[in-house]
Amino acid sequence: MYVAVKGGEKAIENAHKLMGEERRGDPSVPELGVDQILQQMRLAVDRVMCEGALYDPPLAALAIKQAAGDLVEAIFLLRAYRTTLPRLYASRPVDTTTMHVRRRVSATFKDIPGGQLLGPTFDYTHRLLDFSLAAESQSSIAVATESEPEGPMSRVMDLLGDEGLIEIPTPNDQQHVSDITHDPISFPVKRDARLQSLARGDEGFLLALGYSSQRGFGNNHPFAGEIRMGEVAVSIVPDELGFEVEIGDITVSECEMVTSFKGNKEELPRFTSGYGLSFGYNERKVMAMSIVDRSLQARELGEDVSAPCQDEEFVLYHSDNVEAQGFVQHLKLPHYVDFQADLVMLRSMREEIMKQDTHREKSGEEVA
Amino acid sequence: MLEHRVDTTEQRATDPALDNQRIFRAILLTMSRPGTVTTLGNLPGHPGGLHPASAAVCMALVDMDSPLWISPDASEDVATHLKFYCGCPVIRKQEECSFGLVLNGLDLPDLERFNPGEAEYPDRSATLIIQVASIEVGHGVRLGGPGINGQTLLNITGLQADFWESMQQNRQRFPLGYDVILTTETEIVSLPRSVQVEI
Amino acid sequence: MTYQEDLMPGKSDATDNDAGYNYGYLNEQTKRMIRRAILKAVAIPGYQVPFAGREMPMPYGWGTGGIQLSACLLGPNDVFKVIDQGADDTTNAVSIRKFFARVTGVETTEKTGEATVIQTRHRIPEAPLQEDQIMVYQVPIPEPLRWVEPRESETRKMHALEEYGVMHVQLYEDIARHGRIATNFMYPVKVDGRYIMCPSPIPKFDNPKLDMSPALHLFGAGREKRIYAVPPYTDVKSLDFEDHPFQVESWDACCGLCGARDSYLDEVILNDEGERMFVCSDTDYCSSRRAQGNFGPMAGREDVAELMGESPQTA
Repeated sequence: MYVAVKGGEKAIENAHKLMGEERRGDPSVPELGVDQILQQMRLAVDRVMCEGALYDPPLAALAIKQAAGDLVEAIFLLRAYRTTLPRLYASRPVDTTTMHVRRRVSATFKDIPGGQLLGPTFDYTHRLLDFSLAAESQSSIAVATESEPEGPMSRVMDLLGDEGLIEIPTPNDQQHVSDITHDPISFPVKRDARLQSLARGDEGFLLALGYSSQRGFGNNHPFAGEIRMGEVAVSIVPDELGFEVEIGDITVSECEMVTSFKGNKEELPRFTSGYGLSFGYNERKVMAMSIVDRSLQARELGEDVSAPCQDEEFVLYHSDNVEAQGFVQHLKLPHYVDFQADLVMLRSMREEIMKQDTHREKSGEEVA
Repeated sequence: MLEHRVDTTEQRATDPALDNQRIFRAILLTMSRPGTVTTLGNLPGHPGGLHPASAAVCMALVDMDSPLWISPDASEDVATHLKFYCGCPVIRKQEECSFGLVLNGLDLPDLERFNPGEAEYPDRSATLIIQVASIEVGHGVRLGGPGINGQTLLNITGLQADFWESMQQNRQRFPLGYDVILTTETEIVSLPRSVQVEI
Repeated sequence: MTYQEDLMPGKSDATDNDAGYNYGYLNEQTKRMIRRAILKAVAIPGYQVPFAGREMPMPYGWGTGGIQLSACLLGPNDVFKVIDQGADDTTNAVSIRKFFARVTGVETTEKTGEATVIQTRHRIPEAPLQEDQIMVYQVPIPEPLRWVEPRESETRKMHALEEYGVMHVQLYEDIARHGRIATNFMYPVKVDGRYIMCPSPIPKFDNPKLDMSPALHLFGAGREKRIYAVPPYTDVKSLDFEDHPFQVESWDACCGLCGARDSYLDEVILNDEGERMFVCSDTDYCSSRRAQGNFGPMAGREDVAELMGESPQTA
């Protein structure tokens, strides 16, 4: 019976033990190492870091192991850890033109300065199960080396911007940058806070929203101006030093969508754009993110806000999977006090109505 | 029945987390029960007329996210001290501070200039820490409103007489307004904007 | 460069276990932010203060708002009680109590009268609260106007302008449809004559306990990132109409275990034949009454022994 949840301390302990067994599976199969996850499940690690909002590949791999491969659970583990960390510095903005590029494609130009670089991608694989992977002890795969470009590589958007065809926001060091982990968001939301929310938003949710906009719910004709992935340097300026110090490299994915143009009698027509950036290699995520970022600019661009993907309260309040999974799943907690309140009223309402009905029937008989 | 004077000095700890907790609970107690006085204890070694109780309140509540304004009569030492221990920015614009520290209750700045918040966000308003000479309960101005069972009497010395009128005006614009923590050397009493003052 | 020694991780040595986590789990900077929000909430009774809610090691929706409040309140002199549905031994209450025992070493209790801080989900204890107590409520949806207006930007305006007509319209629609106000829990209240407030999903049975209560009541919504408060001795009125005054639920039955007629009762289905009984939702109230020699009609039955806490099940 349901009240059996009472006396729960032992029950909780047992549940943890059982989950431990489930996670381990058949003990005759060797245990999965965190390093194996880190090396061979890298895209899962990247997603967990991105939505977990913490760049720490070994910890993300540990979270995946602990969560038995449940990525949303792993994201939650990483977030809960993140929240306990002190913030010592805010990094300088990363400059993706200095990225050590491992992949870079543009759908808007046949060729671009620096060239297109396919890099590692599933894009042109035939989605046929590769049964050879099922065989253990794969020998290392020889890679045909693609010559990796050296030096800074300008962004396609900057090239369009130079021509005035697109608006490039000017960097402003004096302007306060929002921090959604520091201040609660309030509406209307500024773009910095919006982008931060989207960056840690659920990939599936953003994917569906981006898709909905392509299908006509808030259509904005996106072109993939540029997608790039690679390593960028992160630097800080410690107060006591007063100059910039590099603290390490991180892998990021970046996507810039060129979207429908605007303009009027007073203003020359130009393209609009959407932006996506994530930790690690998360191409699907940054593409979806950039479409949604563009959709959310509807208010600023004077467009009708009619589709779900244009509605910032709808998108930003529901994009966080740590929040969403918690609230949906809290329904399994006991609610019997509230249910009882409804039950008491429903019964008394039914009783009253039935009494009235019998009364009416009786008086009806008498008249007849 | 809760005493109108609560002493928390016995609970002093060496761990900053525990000290912050103790001071916060003392402030919460006074803010939720206007007119109740709490003794915070005498933390030594504060410069230029900064009451130990004021310093304790700052340590517990003020940091890099809450700009502090200090009344112009304060020495540079006070600002340096609080900047160092709280890590907070000390700003000149009274209108923009989260916390306003007034060293001498007999020399109040124009309280109207402190940020009262916005209609949709009245919480984005200033909290004032005003240093006074003494706090006595049981006689003086009559306080009522949320947190007070019926009414309570409070007598403050070392505080400009027109302060109480300011508190009345502050109440007039509720939910906008500032909230006040009065501090002697060792004690605090709080007057949230919801308090009703009868002079 | 500033000193701020409490900014460093694991600085606190107040707890001897779980090294690496600060006293009360949250770091001091986060606690200060939440504490500032709590003070504003107390100064503006019933108004929802936005705060930068943090992820906690429990899921959103499972009490993270209440947990963050408790983490900022609890200290070595507190005695902590946690209830869910009125019971101290429901799994989530056990889990939260264990968490705080672990990260603060706080003394815990099941006795309402002994507690200085009581974290709750869905109930206010039956025993009258006292002046030195703080109630901490876990709140899923803090906005009482949310069901009439889903947009935060709109509800915020409505609170600012005190435009509460829609709320009465909604309650009146209930009356038109059902002949009565059909809201039974999360029943909206007006605090100190100004803000309409959601008392969290407590049954309306508990609403009157908020009015002029000697205790301080703090409400935390972690996922929605709001904190609000009802100070002690504050006017809290449940919304109603002159011709349809506010009423609380009542039962024909008494508690099967302790015989109480004045407490909120939960219904328990005993077997497939549909036999049922009613028991106090407040387990401490029920067991205290039994300890004083009060027994209900079902108290002797073996199949309800578990409900009386006599043979806690182990799996």
